[in-house]
Amino acid sequence: MSAGAGTGDGRGRGLAASLGRIYAAFVKELLQLRRDRITFATMIFIPLFQLFLFGYAINTDPKHLPTAVLIQDESSFARSFLSAMRVSDYFDIRASAASEQELDHLILSGKVQFGVQIPAHFGRDLIRGERPAVLVIADASDPVAAGGAVSALQGLSSSVFSRELTGPVANLAPKPLPYELRIHRRYNPAGETRLNIVPGLMGTILTLTMLIFTALSVTREVERGTMESLLAMPIRPVEIMLGKIAPYLVIGGLQGALILGAAKLLFGVPIVGSLALLVALTLLFILANLSVGYTFSTIATSQLQAMQMSFFFFLPNILLSGFMFPFRGMPGWAQAVGEALPLTHYLRIVRGIMLKGAGFVDLQTDVLALGAFTLAAMTVAVLRFRQTLD
Amino acid sequence: MTMQPATQPEPASEIVIDVHGLTKSFGGRTVVRNLSMQVHRGLIYGFLGPNGSGKTTTLRMLCGLLTPDGGSGTCLGYDILTQSAEIKRHVGYMTQRFSLYADLSIRENLEFVARVYNLPDPRAAARDAIRRLGLENRADQLAGELSGGWKQRLALGACILPGPQLLLLDEPTAGVDPKARRDFWDEIHTLAHEGITVLVSTHYMDEAERCHEIAYIAYGDLLAQGTVDEVIADAHLATYTVTGPDLADLAERLKALPGVDMVAPFGTALHVSGRDAAALDASTRELREHGPQVWTPGDATLEDVFIDLMSRTKDNFA
Repeated sequence: MSAGAGTGDGRGRGLAASLGRIYAAFVKELLQLRRDRITFATMIFIPLFQLFLFGYAINTDPKHLPTAVLIQDESSFARSFLSAMRVSDYFDIRASAASEQELDHLILSGKVQFGVQIPAHFGRDLIRGERPAVLVIADASDPVAAGGAVSALQGLSSSVFSRELTGPVANLAPKPLPYELRIHRRYNPAGETRLNIVPGLMGTILTLTMLIFTALSVTREVERGTMESLLAMPIRPVEIMLGKIAPYLVIGGLQGALILGAAKLLFGVPIVGSLALLVALTLLFILANLSVGYTFSTIATSQLQAMQMSFFFFLPNILLSGFMFPFRGMPGWAQAVGEALPLTHYLRIVRGIMLKGAGFVDLQTDVLALGAFTLAAMTVAVLRFRQTLD
Repeated sequence: MTMQPATQPEPASEIVIDVHGLTKSFGGRTVVRNLSMQVHRGLIYGFLGPNGSGKTTTLRMLCGLLTPDGGSGTCLGYDILTQSAEIKRHVGYMTQRFSLYADLSIRENLEFVARVYNLPDPRAAARDAIRRLGLENRADQLAGELSGGWKQRLALGACILPGPQLLLLDEPTAGVDPKARRDFWDEIHTLAHEGITVLVSTHYMDEAERCHEIAYIAYGDLLAQGTVDEVIADAHLATYTVTGPDLADLAERLKALPGVDMVAPFGTALHVSGRDAAALDASTRELREHGPQVWTPGDATLEDVFIDLMSRTKDNFA
């Protein structure tokens, strides 16, 4: 019973041989991935699930907010004010309070988000030029939820009484500004949240899935005992790493295509810039996350630890990258941390290309940062990989 | 110090493993102490010793999976400290625990091995190996679904697939039935006959007797090595085989006597041994002459020698 091939001594050296071993690891990893139905399903369903949740459920400019009114004046001014509020789409007048206490209670109990009090003799005082006050109480415990409505309120107050303030009381009507303020809301003129969220989701979904699957890959070999024979074979750490990462690059690419397709077809997010550039830089971003995951994989001693490390890395990526909260709203130190995370740079890239039509030159700082990050993570991973069982 | 055993099939003299003073400790506990050994080409070299005696650690140091803390040497002419990449290319290491991919089929496992070793035609190499193993019908079965005996055959098949010059087998037959064990050993002898050197660790005495040379290692120290006959002779163990009634009671009485180093039941007989033949004779004379058991002077078996070695090391180190 003799072994198959001869033992030529030149065998195993050189680039071709190295590529052959990377291919061996690649095929093996792909086959294992195919057998692991749960993992495979997770890879398809995590992106879809997140996309639907974030794309359809999240809106940072909510309208039709429940509002209660306390009307102590029966003039036409009061009615005009209320109907202007309704027309703005931000307010849904749901309750009519009989007293200030009841209005307070409605707000405190969370039944309404806004309370409007129009005091007695409002119309009379207005015509007398006494500048009576309309009180609008906003539940601003969630500033984002109240923000849009409050600014809409300021807009409507200048024009609301234009019909009533004519003839003898025309002098009470607000005067136009002596200049015109022109605001261009570029790239997302309607201020639609999903235009901001959906491209960002591409980054967070890829971060999560790529990170977890590679983080598990080496620790799984250690836990199952296959690492011992793998290390006894003539394959180098960098070859194992590249072979293990490559299948996920393909999967990450597929996930990206899935998200991009959904973004365009379901959410109407445009791709203003170059699709080719977007694909190329997305692959770079996938590589960055795979390298981080692989590094974790070489440090963790169990799959559970690898999972924990992945989430530990994922959290700041979500919170400090500008995905959920405005990047420029963070203090300096938090921005500095954010700058060190791959998602921060990718968000600028993906939003830049999809919404603004940015080109390579506009994005080169972020591309460089992403490249440097990937290189550093890969170096650490290869250095950390234990070539022996010591 | 290795001598040519009479049973060796080919009088090859080329030394395949030549290591001196290998030492390895984990967390302050010395697992292998100052181990030196030489193994000639084409030999089946048995590695024996109790659990935790350093057998696995020694095998791992030889194939580059562990770096020795001290000592030096060569394996297939390559330095074990600096040339482990070369060693890995020519050594097949079969781990104690099944370490092929349970979620890959037999064919996929073998093709993976063939590719990692850069064999020119991995598919053909895997196909040949499957035929040799007699696994044609199960080639697409997942390796994890195989029985213990077939797993072990597959593991050996994967080891010899790249055509290694040296096989390191770590307790390859643990938990395998006697028929599969015999087949396995027949294969090992065929491989050795073809010029592959085999270093195999085992607990089984019958397997030890199938080796050309053996070494006994206990708690990090190499205590005996040579052919089976040499190891038995070197132990200088005087032995009686006792048959008759009430052997259990007799065994208890004998253990207390001076000059009796080992009392062990073997089926319906009792083996009574002592390192000092005169002392053994003196203290057992009464019992031998007055029965009721029958005492027959005999040769020590390999197992007697090992049990004696094991009890001696416990005296020294435990």
